[in-house]
Amino acid sequence: MKLSGSDIIVRTLIEQGVQVVFGYPGGQVINIYDSLYKYRDELKHVLTAHEQGATHAADGYARASGQVGVVIATSGPGATNLVTGIATAYLDSVPMVAITGNVPNSTIGTDGFQEIDITGITLPITKHNYFVGDIADLADTIRDAFRLAKSGRPGPVLIDVPKDVQVAQWEFTPQPEPVPADLTAPAKEIRIQQAAACINSAQRPFLYFGGGLITSDAQDELLQMAETIDAPIGCSLMGISGIPTDYPRFLGMQGMHGHYACSMAMHHADVIIAMGARFNDRVTGDRGKFATGARIVHIDIDGAELGKTVAPTHGLRGDVKKTLQKLLPLLKPASHPEWQAQIARLQEEEAAGLDSREGMTPRNVIGMLNGFLKENTPVATDVGQHQMWAAQYLNLKTCRRFLSSGGLGTMGFGMGAAIGAAMATGERTVLITGDGSFGMNLNELATAVANRIPLVILLLNNGVLGMVRQWQTLFFDKHYSNTNLSDRQTDFVKLAQAFGAQASRALTPEELKGALEAAFACDGPYLIDCAIDKDEFVLPMLPPGGSMDDIIVRIGD
Amino acid sequence: MKKFTVAILVNNQFGVLNRVTSMFRRRQFNITSLTVSETESDAFSRITVQSEGDEVKKEQLINQLYKLPDVFSIAELDALDTVNRELLLIKVRNDPEVRGDIRSASDAYEGKVVDYTKDSMIIQMVGDSRKIDNFIDLMRDFDILEICRTGLVSLQRGSTTIRRVTNL
Repeated sequence: MKLSGSDIIVRTLIEQGVQVVFGYPGGQVINIYDSLYKYRDELKHVLTAHEQGATHAADGYARASGQVGVVIATSGPGATNLVTGIATAYLDSVPMVAITGNVPNSTIGTDGFQEIDITGITLPITKHNYFVGDIADLADTIRDAFRLAKSGRPGPVLIDVPKDVQVAQWEFTPQPEPVPADLTAPAKEIRIQQAAACINSAQRPFLYFGGGLITSDAQDELLQMAETIDAPIGCSLMGISGIPTDYPRFLGMQGMHGHYACSMAMHHADVIIAMGARFNDRVTGDRGKFATGARIVHIDIDGAELGKTVAPTHGLRGDVKKTLQKLLPLLKPASHPEWQAQIARLQEEEAAGLDSREGMTPRNVIGMLNGFLKENTPVATDVGQHQMWAAQYLNLKTCRRFLSSGGLGTMGFGMGAAIGAAMATGERTVLITGDGSFGMNLNELATAVANRIPLVILLLNNGVLGMVRQWQTLFFDKHYSNTNLSDRQTDFVKLAQAFGAQASRALTPEELKGALEAAFACDGPYLIDCAIDKDEFVLPMLPPGGSMDDIIVRIGD
Repeated sequence: MKKFTVAILVNNQFGVLNRVTSMFRRRQFNITSLTVSETESDAFSRITVQSEGDEVKKEQLINQLYKLPDVFSIAELDALDTVNRELLLIKVRNDPEVRGDIRSASDAYEGKVVDYTKDSMIIQMVGDSRKIDNFIDLMRDFDILEICRTGLVSLQRGSTTIRRVTNL
């Protein structure tokens, strides 16, 4: 059947199993929006306040569901507004397809109105991108983009479609099934045997996972390995929610602001088994001093990650789940009572060092929120101190329920991501944010109100850019250069109400409890302006470029 | 720093060279020589690139290249098992006092004079990079007006081809 290019785009999205797209119309995608109108019963479009919010929403949708997130934007500024969102997805390996319109082929290269070279701009932040100059290539290009986005190490793919290609007519042959992801073969048998021998020789094994474990759906295999070889488990920021946070062997997050016992256990391990994690600088600190006594078994689907920053003793390229399935039968049951005793001592030290003050401390605020979370509640964060407190103190039971910008560290990620997660799961969703991050994309309150998203926005308001301020306190002689927000006098309660959301202020634990009760009963977005002190610290802290021996556990140490 | 050469078979489409060099730039791999050409198949172009660094850097470069969807296969070209050639065109001032010396140097290097005027001459030379470097050094005694060299083209010796040495 002959269809217009814009109809082909929408029909192909439907064919690929897409149920929701996020986006913003404009001159060079007006035809696509006409097709979205035509097929509105089969494909839901969510209009955001800004294209950046749409990418973060598509990203949040993908993180929460494991499906490819889709975003549509017009040419020029519409396309450039996607850049931060695409880069966020790229750094965290989130499957995404971004579709942009462009000026007609005849105008390309002439600096036409709202023309921009978006394939050039997004070259280093996409897995791949396409300029579809010929309608004959359109449907297969979209299919190829979906295959690439979800194959191997997932990531964003952009498709730029000039207007005349959207208008032109072409024969469309539907494909009955969505394109499958490419399969990645596990490493060679002999290499898996060598890695198994290494693990079997461990006296102090440590299991460490990142977001790749979640992508690979390898939780069961991980836990089985932990039980077999009697090993503690830690994760990177991206790994959080990969296994339940209260799992007995789980020590939490490792790294710059990781849990003390977790970071120290990794530091003292003799064999580290790393799965779907990439040893970035927030994890290793000074690379030369990182886990110097350990042999490292590194499993990752992206071969370029093996040895990129830390040289593994055994690098196994392949899907984490499939590799673990081959590895598990080769592992000998072991028990390491001395190592476990050492871990227990570290945990006692950590517990003794925990913040035990009363009142509106970050630990108490997140602790109170924990009481309201259901098993399936997605929790998104923005970036900064609140993000680290969330990572440290949240109790999460279900995989894919912690959404945070780990690699790029994008302030303003949270609002869009939370909306996307709520759309993907149908669950009431929580956003933990700060007054700095929230200020970046708070316009998406409009989207949450318009779509009646049950969204609890817990705004930790300290009137400062807390994380930068913390660095200024510790490393810059308290020169609080441009980190004070209190002069702004924004009334976040009135602001939320002006958007049509509900809101209240919490200055005491009692008020916070009441606010959370109201928020979790509300059928739309509800903002809690939660006051915390500007001099709260995220601890422990590994100073940038330091090693675990330099870890700051308490201020004044 | 140690130099190494890889040949990359890529999709023959516009923009592919940009994708490859963009990755080099982003990850700070230095390019010391780059040649792009058509191949035995319309579907592929061949990029021959020389870079420098240790074994880890080389492996990282190859692994990152494999992540580009337009890259079909990669061959690491070991100097001993590879025929490496460059083409040099060098323009020197044609001065009656030295033209004899220039010509005998060119003859010794199996160069060929391809343009000859009363003021200048262009010598063409084919050889590995070292030979070309040496000849240019020799010409520095005279008045060099312009130099253009192609960069490396390389093929593995024997019947091995780039498509057979990869894991694809």
